[in-house]
Amino acid sequence: MDKDGIDLIIDKHQGEAGSLIQVLLEIQSENRWLPKEALERVSERLHVPLTRIQHIATFYKAFSLVPKGRHEIHICMGTACHVRGARRILDTVQDLTGIKPGETDLDLKFSLETVNCLGCCALGPVMEVDGEHHGKMAPARIAAVLQDYE
Amino acid sequence: MARINSPAELEALRKNILSKRDPHKPCITLCSGSACHASGSKEVAASIEAEIKKQGLSAEVDIRKTGCHGFCERGPIIVIHPEEICYLQIEPKDVPEIVSQTIKEKKIIERLLYIDPNTDQKIIHESEIPFYKHQERLVFGSNGNIDPKSIDDYLALGGYSALAKALSRMTPDQVLEEVKKSNLRGRGGGGFPAGRKWEESRHAPGQIKYVIVNADEGDPGAYMDRSLLEGNPHSILEGLIIGAYAIGSRQGFIYVRQEYPLAVENITIAIKQAEAYGFLGKNILGAGFDFTVKVHQGAGAFVSGESSALMTALEGRVGEPRPKYIHTAVKGLWDRPSVLNNVETWANVPLIINKGADWFSRFGTEWSKGTKIFSLVGKINNTGLVEVPMGITLREIIYKVGGGIPGGKKFKAVQTGGPSGGCLPEELLDLEVGFDELSQAGSMMGSGGMIVMDEDTCMVDVARYFLDFLADESCGKCTPCREGIRQMLKLLTNITKGKGKEGDLELLEDLAETAGQASLCALGRTAPNPFLSTLRYFRDEYEAHIKEKRCPALSCKDLISYYIDPDQCQACMICLRQCPSDAIVGGKNQIHVIQQEKCTKCGTCFEVCPPRFGAVKKISGEPVPSPIPEEARIIVRKSKQQ
Amino acid sequence: MSEVLIQIDGREVEAREGMTILEAAQKVGIAIPALCHHEQLEPYGACRICTVEVETRGRTNLVAACCYPVEPNLVVRTRSEKVDKTRKIILELLLAHAPDAPVLQDLAKEYGADKNRFEKEASFCIHCGLCVRYCAEVKKKNAVGFVDRGTRREISFIPEIASKECWNCKECFPLCPTSALQAAFVLTEALISPPLAPPSEA
Repeated sequence: MDKDGIDLIIDKHQGEAGSLIQVLLEIQSENRWLPKEALERVSERLHVPLTRIQHIATFYKAFSLVPKGRHEIHICMGTACHVRGARRILDTVQDLTGIKPGETDLDLKFSLETVNCLGCCALGPVMEVDGEHHGKMAPARIAAVLQDYE
Repeated sequence: MARINSPAELEALRKNILSKRDPHKPCITLCSGSACHASGSKEVAASIEAEIKKQGLSAEVDIRKTGCHGFCERGPIIVIHPEEICYLQIEPKDVPEIVSQTIKEKKIIERLLYIDPNTDQKIIHESEIPFYKHQERLVFGSNGNIDPKSIDDYLALGGYSALAKALSRMTPDQVLEEVKKSNLRGRGGGGFPAGRKWEESRHAPGQIKYVIVNADEGDPGAYMDRSLLEGNPHSILEGLIIGAYAIGSRQGFIYVRQEYPLAVENITIAIKQAEAYGFLGKNILGAGFDFTVKVHQGAGAFVSGESSALMTALEGRVGEPRPKYIHTAVKGLWDRPSVLNNVETWANVPLIINKGADWFSRFGTEWSKGTKIFSLVGKINNTGLVEVPMGITLREIIYKVGGGIPGGKKFKAVQTGGPSGGCLPEELLDLEVGFDELSQAGSMMGSGGMIVMDEDTCMVDVARYFLDFLADESCGKCTPCREGIRQMLKLLTNITKGKGKEGDLELLEDLAETAGQASLCALGRTAPNPFLSTLRYFRDEYEAHIKEKRCPALSCKDLISYYIDPDQCQACMICLRQCPSDAIVGGKNQIHVIQQEKCTKCGTCFEVCPPRFGAVKKISGEPVPSPIPEEARIIVRKSKQQ
Repeated sequence: MSEVLIQIDGREVEAREGMTILEAAQKVGIAIPALCHHEQLEPYGACRICTVEVETRGRTNLVAACCYPVEPNLVVRTRSEKVDKTRKIILELLLAHAPDAPVLQDLAKEYGADKNRFEKEASFCIHCGLCVRYCAEVKKKNAVGFVDRGTRREISFIPEIASKECWNCKECFPLCPTSALQAAFVLTEALISPPLAPPSEA
């Protein structure tokens, strides 16, 4: 994302320091990650120290300082899913993709993340891929689901 | 949409809207909350729209995509008005039949109805389904009748009449008194009397004051606020504007977690609609009261839902909690008086203003008035969102409304209050639900998550799970929380792996005491609760893990082994084929044996072994029996032709 | 500012409105240990070693002395069984990270803290935040900050700023109770590439 794109987002929020997190969310959403240059530009325009931005970018799960994969896998680890066996789903996904939560595979195909409660507890355990919910998952079914993604 | 400039104009508009709506006109309402979306309601909605058009009924039949109905286990849900016929677990292929049979010919399709598991009776009307019958849906009930993207739907149900009443017939002090009188206590977890918080802000020095909606709902397993915000956003907005009027605030914020995109979308639309009608902005309803609202999204941090952390995040800084020795009601956002309340708390306000504090006080107990929406999830038949009066017992919620435990399993515990709460055992099932009652029992009300656990749940693992959650979600600033949780998690993880030792429990208790008393914020201070409550009620499980290296619930992977009982195995090959590690040896007529070195304890064999054989067993605390000799494993089957 | 009368360890103390318990105690020479407190910096309330017992409105609580504002008739106890036990455990938790830090060792002796109660942790940092806050509030350079959260939280220098500012400053170094700061700085230096020559002595 170029400087102009970032400036556009900052201007939308009237350059208010209080909107820092909202600005970063938009950049993350459009760009799929936060490059260092983007953080530096935001720091400059909003007059906010880079240390604060760096802390925010690493503190919040929504942000990624490295490019994310084409497909984002979210495994719900909320209490209801946990009680219905979410741990085993996570273990199997880790085995199949070779990555751990927070990581992206070398082909930039899958990024894996655990999330706490997607709010569809009736379908637990739930695995979400690119926003699509796969409910009542069992370890044996995971390979088939992931195979569909290029 | 023309701007409404007075209560009289509002009533005229309402009359106008109602005059254009025929209550006898057939209307198909389809639950379109996030959970039903996950169950496929978008596809069902598309089918309905297509079928209605196809059958030429677009003018005679209304379709309304509503907010969450609450019975999430059975979604997608359709309710057909005016008869209130309720169909459950609808798929697109059911739609043509629904339109031809029920809409056109007024015939009920029995297979889509709810069947009472106790009486086998089929129930037609939504409100008669036991799940709904025992609830008191004062706040949540409107969800089923509103399209959250339509402000006119909200107005048709009487929306914004409380705001008109407050602005035109009550002074701010009178509004404040009414909320105080109602004894409404915060629904987000703290249970602090809302009226007292409002009063503190009202009398705090300063011209600029803020009102904030906390929609950061972070407790895993809790999604009530999401369904309220998605399904009836105007109810929260109306409550917020009334609150702002009462304390003298002209600027409000709604902090929504970004993991709730539909909620963000719907509240943003609602705000624009409210602005267009003049319920937000300058001189609201001609009362000389100005108020605007901004939406802020969270970015994925549980701790930022703590009130001081949330305010810090609103200031564009890292959402870490601050010492709150001076209440945020006096010094909050930008060091100004700020009233922060939970979504459900705000949603109760219009009801209290419209129907009065006396009416509100009729529901609930002496110190816990009104109703509470719980997310009833876990090992429960009727998973969903339930709204019940305070004072109802846990037993009634779990068995009457929830339909009990599935699979014939035994109830073990119910966890309330999220990571700040505790687990309550069977002996306490007759506890009357209320803020203080739950706290005294070692748990807390929290935001309303109610997770039911059965005999297969390991309580030591539950404590470890919550500490693992908090180790990640703690902001990490203060020593007792960051380091206390770090060490507690280590100890509990070791215990679940069979590495617990004498003295561990005492050390855990010391850490719990320190974190519980010396942490900077409520996350740290309540972090020990899941451990303390499970220790209190399930100490025997801890001792079994430590002394016998045994997991009584047969759950902790490192303490269990899977074993195929040679007396039960019928060599059907199902587990052998499905084992992801190829750990099972055997053949068509050869009893299967699990090679323990290869077994990853995934549990697949346990799940797929046909129930009539039940040969796969989980054992813990004892060595796995050696495999029987190969010759003994051959099964001689009686041939059919003998 | 008006006068506020409080009681610390049985002594009557005249404090001023707006003072914290720590400030009031220091005024009359009562020592309360503190690791994250610095007179040039805003109170932080993170180490919690300044925890004291207070009695107010009929209730007893543990609070952080560096942050708690004085109020009329406040009763404060800087030492008690509860306070001492809390400080002992906090020290033991910190000693798992920095067992050799002189200030921790001294306090450990006083409170009977066992530096081997917990297994040693990889990071020396005790998160007092003095370096981060000093650089932000006093030097206003923001060369070092916190990253991440929870048990993964750490300090981190920004190489571009550090390479320009830190050589001629290093005022935060003596503030660090452990060797964490120096370790983090050295690590950062290693990340700056190509290596920058220090400003000439001319």
